[in-house]
Amino acid sequence: MTAMLETRGLKAFYGDFQALFGVDIAVAKGETVAIIGANGAGKTSLMRAISGVLTSEPGMVVYRDEPIGALAAPDVLARGIAMVPEGRRLFPSLTVEENLLIGAYGRKGQGPWTLESVYELFPILRERRNNPATALSGGQQQMVAIGRALMSNPDVLLCDEISLGLAPVVVRDIYAAFPRIRATGASMVIVEQDIAQALKVATQVYCLMEGRVTLSGRPEVLTREQIHQAYFGAPRHELH
Amino acid sequence: MSFIDTIVQGVLLGGLYALFAAGLSLVFGIMRLVNLAHGDLIVLAAFLILLLTSALGLNPFLAALIAAPLMFLTGWGLQYFVLNRTLGKDVLPPLLVTFGISIVLQNGLLEAFSADSRRVSIGALESASIGVGSLNIGLMPLMTFLSALAVIFGLNQLIYRTALGRAFRATSDDIVTAGLMGIRPQRVFAMATGLAMVVVTIAALYLGTRANFDPTSGPSRLIYAFEAVIIGGLGSLWGTLAGGVILGVAQTLGAAVNPEWQILAGHLAFLTVLVIKPRGLFPRAVD
Amino acid sequence: MSIAIPSFKVETRSGTSSLAALAAVAGLALAIAAPLIVSRSVVQDLFFILTMLVLAQNWNLLAGYAGLISVGQQVFVGFGAYAMFGAVILAGVDPIVAILIAGALSALLAIPTAFFTFRLQGPYFAIGTWVVAEVVRLLLAQWKALGGGTGTSLPREATKDMAGVDIVRDLFGMKAAAASDALTYWIALLLALATIGFIYRLLRSKQGLGLAAVRDNEQTARAVGVDARRMKALVYVATAYVTGLAGALIYVQKARISPDAAFSVTDWTAYVIFIVVIGGIGTIEGPIVGVVLFFLLQKLFADFGSWYLLVLGLIGILVMLFSPRGLWGLFSDRTGIQLFPVRRKLIDGPLAHMPKGGPNG
Repeated sequence: MTAMLETRGLKAFYGDFQALFGVDIAVAKGETVAIIGANGAGKTSLMRAISGVLTSEPGMVVYRDEPIGALAAPDVLARGIAMVPEGRRLFPSLTVEENLLIGAYGRKGQGPWTLESVYELFPILRERRNNPATALSGGQQQMVAIGRALMSNPDVLLCDEISLGLAPVVVRDIYAAFPRIRATGASMVIVEQDIAQALKVATQVYCLMEGRVTLSGRPEVLTREQIHQAYFGAPRHELH
Repeated sequence: MSFIDTIVQGVLLGGLYALFAAGLSLVFGIMRLVNLAHGDLIVLAAFLILLLTSALGLNPFLAALIAAPLMFLTGWGLQYFVLNRTLGKDVLPPLLVTFGISIVLQNGLLEAFSADSRRVSIGALESASIGVGSLNIGLMPLMTFLSALAVIFGLNQLIYRTALGRAFRATSDDIVTAGLMGIRPQRVFAMATGLAMVVVTIAALYLGTRANFDPTSGPSRLIYAFEAVIIGGLGSLWGTLAGGVILGVAQTLGAAVNPEWQILAGHLAFLTVLVIKPRGLFPRAVD
Repeated sequence: MSIAIPSFKVETRSGTSSLAALAAVAGLALAIAAPLIVSRSVVQDLFFILTMLVLAQNWNLLAGYAGLISVGQQVFVGFGAYAMFGAVILAGVDPIVAILIAGALSALLAIPTAFFTFRLQGPYFAIGTWVVAEVVRLLLAQWKALGGGTGTSLPREATKDMAGVDIVRDLFGMKAAAASDALTYWIALLLALATIGFIYRLLRSKQGLGLAAVRDNEQTARAVGVDARRMKALVYVATAYVTGLAGALIYVQKARISPDAAFSVTDWTAYVIFIVVIGGIGTIEGPIVGVVLFFLLQKLFADFGSWYLLVLGLIGILVMLFSPRGLWGLFSDRTGIQLFPVRRKLIDGPLAHMPKGGPNG
């Protein structure tokens, strides 16, 4: 399987602080890749570096054989990579519907996702369409954030911590939408704290620690012990 | 009755101040930038209209129509190439750069047009008036006020009903996430300043036809615009109109008592509002 | 559990500053002797440089250190000048004493103006200060006893009989006019030195550290217990005091006042801002470099009228865009030289070597 999106020795910096030290991941068409790791492992930095919020050297991120590492976020989006940012980051001055509409601002191409199909995916949003986005519950806000990213009809959807702070039943509702997103042929990269959830939906898993990939593989072949070691860097023992 | 007459004149004058202020309010709302050269840009536009009317013999309204796209380009370029470089956490660079632009514009206009007071002639319209009951309302002041209403209505439609308006609001909310939507903040800001300059041109049309102006008239227009914005409350264009009206009424009332007190009365009204309601009379959100 | 803490001593002095101190002493001697050496017109030029330097240092303290960007400091120049005129003309006070009264009244004026302008944040504070300056100008223009809108002059005998003029005249055999110029020059020199000394000490003190913290991050500074608002208010009042003194002194020398001139945005704010920005905002050296350059430019290009201001504005914009720390910042970055080191450096070394008193001593 050839990769549609790849990072090659990706390094990322916040000023003088280095967050990523040469990360290699590959995402094939239609695949769902999960990025797991402890807090501060560099998961969000990886998503920001792919989406163009953080820029790196051109060849460090390659998409359909094109180096895009140095492109800014709007240019990355224009090529078909959309992101659901950590913390949802809805626009408080915009209504639910306006938040969805603005998702299509930078990429108006044809595709399966329209206001209508997003409302079919998350029917509750249709009822709340004229509410200010920030008046919704956390789960509904997350649906707006996902719908907003879908409105650009992405070929790759990056989802950063979409279950963070949500009740398990709400998380289940949100993940229930995944098969329909995948059915459009889009690849997905998800950052997920909930390892069980990640292993359930992913076709490929990468574990990050301190800005480096410590483990990768198909979820069915990874053992608990391997994941634990990749997570914490040492064999399991009691913490004190 | 002359008291009512004074109030009506004040309200209509407020329309002019709202036109001065609308562009300032728009730009601040979107990028938190206060352009200290705003008044000088109004004067620049007035000279542009004057040049078009005197050199080409155009009607001032037609001249403004030609000046508007030119001013749009000026604003777009100024924002894109200069002011965007100054935006950030620190408020010092944009203030000092726009202050510098203000000085450069004033002195450039002085060199080009001398210090003489000018006026754009508008023929018979200048003194035309309509009688409403016992009141005599000047046609130009009335048109100014109606233009202010139209401009603010139009800007609100743009901000709340169009894709560009959504981009304005989204960028103002969260510039990083706006980038993820494909919005290029640099261009959005340039559009906003360009648009503000179109409003500035409309303001300049009425400034130039109703009163004398000279290259140093800019700073006081900036101050009136600023007072209207603060009285009305940040972030609300209708509030800005109300602020302009309050300022205009205060000035005409002051002038009715003693002509020397016109400007002072406006400033005192502003300071009073500042003490009673520091966030203005119609504040929108927490900024 | 023992933790090894490396010991540091905190130093704000640097090697070059001791050398500079020597040069400063020589320069100071020359500066004091200037009225005895150079012509009267040079003394007047030097007076102009020194008073602009005082205004620039004050605006720099306000904007560069306290983050209070005012475009209305002309209010204190004008008010100080009018207070001095009022004291001399209406109360018959000696001009030298009137300068002190003017300073005190300006500081008093700063309290009600702060009451209004401190309600406004950042850029709006800037225009707010301007409105206040306009209000004070319009009010003083109503004061018919001081000439109303057209202004008035100091009585000739007031400056001729000023305290100290006799002594200077007799001591150095000068004419009364030259003696009065020499006297105002010395006061300007004293004011400039005192201003720089005051700012230098303030910035090296605990309060200065608090000010720097507020400038870098007001929220964080508040969180560690710096009372940002009080700090800013104190700086605002202090600069009002000194700016009022300078305004009064300038108008003792000018001897003629009008509201438009005394509250001129161009003369007392635009020039001052360009001096600080071009020289280097946020340093004590910057305004010194700026004022010298400003004076030279003015001597060379004053005949070009508005072209001169236009070019000055352009230079200011370019410096702000491409070298926001000004000419002194460029120089200091290249050479590492600081004449007034106020930034704290950590020097490795045993604690025993800590100089007595430390940065506050």
